[in-house]
This record gives sequence, structure tokens and C-alpha cells, in this order.
Amino acid sequence: MALALQTFSAVRDANAALKAPGTRYLGGGTLVVRAANEGDVSVTGLVRSTDPTLSGITVAGGKVRIGASVTMAAIARHPELAALSKAARAVGGPAIRNMATVGGNLFAPAPYGDFAVVLLALDATVGTDDGELPIEDFLARRDGSRAIVTSVAFALPRAENFRFLKVSRVKPKGVSVLSIAAVLEQAGDGTVSSARIALGCMADRPMRARAAEKALIGSRLDQDGVAAALAAAGEGTSPITDPIASAWYRAEVLPVHLGRLLLT
Amino acid sequence: MAKVPVQFTLNGSEKAEFVDSGTTLLHALRDKIGDTSPKGGCHQGTCGACSVIIDGELRLSCLTVAETCSGADIRTTSGLAEAGVLHPLQRAFLDAFATQCGFCTPGMIMAAKVLLDHTPNPSREDVIEALSGNICRCTGYEPIIEAVLTTARANSQNAA
Repeated sequence: MALALQTFSAVRDANAALKAPGTRYLGGGTLVVRAANEGDVSVTGLVRSTDPTLSGITVAGGKVRIGASVTMAAIARHPELAALSKAARAVGGPAIRNMATVGGNLFAPAPYGDFAVVLLALDATVGTDDGELPIEDFLARRDGSRAIVTSVAFALPRAENFRFLKVSRVKPKGVSVLSIAAVLEQAGDGTVSSARIALGCMADRPMRARAAEKALIGSRLDQDGVAAALAAAGEGTSPITDPIASAWYRAEVLPVHLGRLLLT
Repeated sequence: MAKVPVQFTLNGSEKAEFVDSGTTLLHALRDKIGDTSPKGGCHQGTCGACSVIIDGELRLSCLTVAETCSGADIRTTSGLAEAGVLHPLQRAFLDAFATQCGFCTPGMIMAAKVLLDHTPNPSREDVIEALSGNICRCTGYEPIIEAVLTTARANSQNAA
């Protein structure tokens, strides 16, 4: 199905055009063109912006800003984002990674959106023309959002503090059974001093594993130390059921995979 | 539906067409230009049969809006053979019996070409990763992987 595409150099103009009913923003196309191909008649027009700031990556003073049009492939090969390379490479096959954008990933419904899980663990902020929003607030409101995402920003984690695991049935590329991202910091005595754990596929969008985070504080990352966190991992979750896995299965295997992530 | 001009280079030749705004590159290539080497499989970005190379990167033509390719350099499998001689990848796919029904083959070959363009001596794992977005439902993956590795070995011998 053909859809009229409007291209604007300025995000502000694209934002104005996006207010028309039935219009969707075109990033890499892996969500919206797919929807149109599947016959989603709610999409009647496409809007995009070619503003070059949407395609930039800046890393300075330990802070990272990634434009919304930056692709997963660009993140995966960026030398200063090596800590996140594995997570970016977990999104789709090579062609998808050359197309899928950071901005689009924030809107991807489960079981997609693995990089949004990473951004949630990193406590990112999401930028629009109207300012910046904590990612948790953005994810909660994303369904009604009409403002074009322009960037994401976060503090670059030390490689040893960041962990990511994508569980899929088909390797190396497959849709997620679940995904887990964690930023863990340990005190000098080896106990966990801070923990942010984000889960994918355990709700309709990425969510924090707050009970597990709380249980980890003060514990060591060994079998006994993580036991309480694993027992609490499913708290507050509402896993999706899809052709990849049932909600029951996802709930059953979450503690197993979280354990593997924490103990490696 | 508004018609918009689309102009790009396809396998080294300038192409210019008017297409419906928002139409996919796959549709423009197959139905307007007549290059039927990219195949329309799932139209969801899952099967990889429509894979083409745009400005040196592997992309899915079924999810690419044609008018976003203005000025781009697009390569498809139909442009690989030169003067009637098959590209080494095409030859290797035939020799290794890596084409059964052949529907996935053009996408597989474009994925393999991008790999070998950037990584002339790939490992088996590199090949598997490079082909991971391309689904085959009849040949089986082993002959395909072997065809790509055979091409790489032949390339390195030629370069030596």
C-alpha cells in the first residue's frame, strides 16, 4: 500500500505535519512500513526529517548523546560505545541493524525493542523538541506520544558494570523470548552498591525489575547472594504471550536467565 | 495518489521513474524498473529475500520507501554478472548446490557480497552471522555457508 511521504529538513516542521490524523513518523521503516505492508489502514501518511543532528553520536565527559535516526549498526561499530556493541548487535540481522533506529526502538512493542531495554537500564533521557523526559516516563506515555524523538542521552557505563542478555530460540538472530540489561556497581568488599535491571518481553514494553534490584543491594554476586533477587525477579511482571513463548514460559525462565546474567 | 520522481543508480545505470509516494523500493524495482531479482517474501523484514545493497549497506527493499533512496547507489543480484560471466558468488552457489528453489538466493547472495566486501577472509561464524537475516526453507543452510566460504577461499588464493 502506498502512503504519501512528506520530508522536512527541520524536526519542527515534521512535528507540525505529524499532527495530521493518520500520519506516522518514518525512521528506519522497520515498524511503520512493515505495518503498512501488513495492511494497517490506520496509517495514511508518512512524515520524516532529514535534520543531520538526528544522525549524530557524541561521547564527551562520560556522557553519550545518540540521535534518534542513528542505526543499531552505527552503534555496534562505534569505538566509544563498545560496551553497548553486543546489545546493538542483538537487534535483528545485518540488514535490520542497518535500518532500525534508536528512536524507533523506543516505540517497538514486545517482543521487539531490545535496545530500549538497554536504555532503560542505563537510565537514559529521551529528547524531543519540547525537552527531555526520563525514559520510564516516556515509555509509560509512548502510545499517545506525537512528538518526534530527537535523541537519547545517558552516562556511558563502564564495560564491567554493564551486562546484557538476549534469550532467543534461533541463533544468532531470533526474536526475544526475553532480554535483560543490567547496570551493576559493586563496593570495595564486592557487595552490590547499586543496581538497575531492565526486562524485555516481561510486559508490553520494557520494565524495571525493582524487587530484584532492591534484593541485590548489599549482596554479593554469588549463588547465595543473588538468590533473593532471583526469587523476586518476576514481581510486577506481566509477560507477553506470542508465537515465540507463552507468558508462563517467560515467567518460568526469567529467574534462570537473570541468574546466568548475574553470575557470569 | 501523488506521483513522485525517484532517481538513483541501479547496478551502475541511472534510473528515473515516477512512483506513488510512499511506495517501497521493492515495488519500484520489480514493478516499475523490471529488476525482479529482489524477491517479495514476507514484506515484514523477516525473510531477507528482498535484500539489496544501498550505498554499500545491506538493506531490506520491502521496508525501504523508494523516494528515500534519491541519489543512492543500489546494487541487486541481477547486476553481479559481467559480460555474461557469473559473479564468483553466483558460480559458487550453483557449484555447491546452494540453490534449490532459488527464491532466497538473490537475498543470500547480496548478504554474502556485503560480508566479503568488508571481510574478505571470514570465519564460518562470520558467515553465519552475515546470513542470519536471510531465511531459506528448502536448500538448508550448510551448502549456502559452504558456497560463501568457497568464494572467500578462492578470492584469497587469487589475491595471493
